[in-house]
Amino acid sequence: MKYIVAIIKPAKLDAVREALTDIGIQGLTSSEVSGFGRQKGHTEIYRGAEYAISFVPKTKIEIAVGDDMADRVIECIQSTAGSDNIGDGKIFVLELQEAVRIRTGERGEEAL
Amino acid sequence: MRVTLRPIGLFLFALGAVAAMSGPALAAEDKLNGGDTAWIITATALVLFMTMPGLALFYGGLVRSKNVLSVLMQCFGICCAASVIWLVVGYSIAFGEGNAWWGGLGKSFLAGIGTENLSGTIPENVFFMFQMTFAIITPGLIVGAYVERIKFSAVMLFSGLWLIVVYAPSTHWIWGGGILADLGWAGESLKGYATMDFAGGLVVHANAGIAALIIAKTLASRTGFPHDLRPPHNPGLVMIGAAMLWVGWFGFNGGSALAANGGAGMAITVTHISAATACLVWITIEWFKFGKPSLVGIATGAIAGLATITPGSGFVGPVGGLVFGFLAGIICFYMINIVKVKWKIDDSLDVFAVHGVGGILGILLTSFFADKSLGGMGLPEGVTMGTAFMGQLLAVVVTVIWAGVASFVIVKIVQATVGLRVNSNEETEGLDITSHGERSYDL
Repeated sequence: MKYIVAIIKPAKLDAVREALTDIGIQGLTSSEVSGFGRQKGHTEIYRGAEYAISFVPKTKIEIAVGDDMADRVIECIQSTAGSDNIGDGKIFVLELQEAVRIRTGERGEEAL
Repeated sequence: MRVTLRPIGLFLFALGAVAAMSGPALAAEDKLNGGDTAWIITATALVLFMTMPGLALFYGGLVRSKNVLSVLMQCFGICCAASVIWLVVGYSIAFGEGNAWWGGLGKSFLAGIGTENLSGTIPENVFFMFQMTFAIITPGLIVGAYVERIKFSAVMLFSGLWLIVVYAPSTHWIWGGGILADLGWAGESLKGYATMDFAGGLVVHANAGIAALIIAKTLASRTGFPHDLRPPHNPGLVMIGAAMLWVGWFGFNGGSALAANGGAGMAITVTHISAATACLVWITIEWFKFGKPSLVGIATGAIAGLATITPGSGFVGPVGGLVFGFLAGIICFYMINIVKVKWKIDDSLDVFAVHGVGGILGILLTSFFADKSLGGMGLPEGVTMGTAFMGQLLAVVVTVIWAGVASFVIVKIVQATVGLRVNSNEETEGLDITSHGERSYDL
């Protein structure tokens, strides 16, 4: 199994969610994060004073999938969340050791 | 059910007769005027609303989220303390008979003042309450200077002492018939000249501004000042607070007419015009300088315009209001930079630049715009613009000197007793959790 972590632009969350459910994903987790990559922060000015804001708001989504789904998920996120601009985000793939459904105790791919 | 018409008819006749008799205000000065009283009671509520919660929200939005509750607490706490102190000694020192320096303690606890005593055409207890709301907001304004690093005990002690030693006497000098209500002691040409401070350019804004500068300097800057600070956590709250202040200011300046008449109407007119003009000027400067007009900017512009027109609100005309607002927008804007960058004083929420400078600017401008030739209500008989300016300037100097010296001494006393500043860990964690055990946003 694979655990896919994607950092995307917050505005793309709805589109990504729809696209992922279309290809058969059963669930995902999203959280509000902030970070920076090549898209550096920006400056805000309040009452004439400059404030350097080095972090950019992003959305992180996390999805547990079977090995066979991983590539389709990556491709799906990339096409939906991409816009050819710096700041579109990144996708990371981790090896998922175990998954458990809390209600029933099912394990492995059954639990996804 | 058969209703008896005769008693009802008699009652209605009596009602009509009373209504017919209490028409326009009668000439006698010490007769209770219902219209005036109703207006001043209303104005009292409006001015209280300026602190609770107007100013609290305005300042609250400007600080970091970890400190917002502490700012709300400071405003609330000052309101309570100031109210009690005003009853115990404040009102008496300000408006008691006394001498030219202070009003004495004859009216402490409102002794001898019940429901029948009048102050002009309104009950004295209404005048007492109206003035109390000014005594509440003035130390409240100073909060802006010391946010994010001061001890709550220091806030309460400082504000209480300051009210008694600086605010109440200053009120007495200008509004209570004291030394600045007749500047004849300074020279023959100023004989009989009363400082023109309609609603508190000196009493409220200059006093608060000077105290702010002094306490900010003694307290020293926030950690991270000037280059490593965080922006206002909620500009939306700042706007809400500013809007409440603007509306409440109708009571502040309009109520200072102490009557429900055209004078009050003109006061709110010039107040509003000054605010609106200052806003437009402020965002225009921002637009040109930074490329974007901001919400915090327009809100601050409003306050600058309102503070500046305050002393002149009963003396100038609408065009005067425009000029006051226009100059306030420019001068206060640049003063912020001067205090923080040039003088390197962390008067965190710009109390001196906006209120202190605004109030003093308004006091001086009133010398000119009170004159009929510039659309004003007219300078007193025999007073030229030049004379008025000398008088106003003298009042500024006296006020600034006393506020400066006394505030400094009080700050030092507080520093030596309860201490001024929280320790650096507390400052880093935030005052909400360390001083008050509460978290603002449970995210």
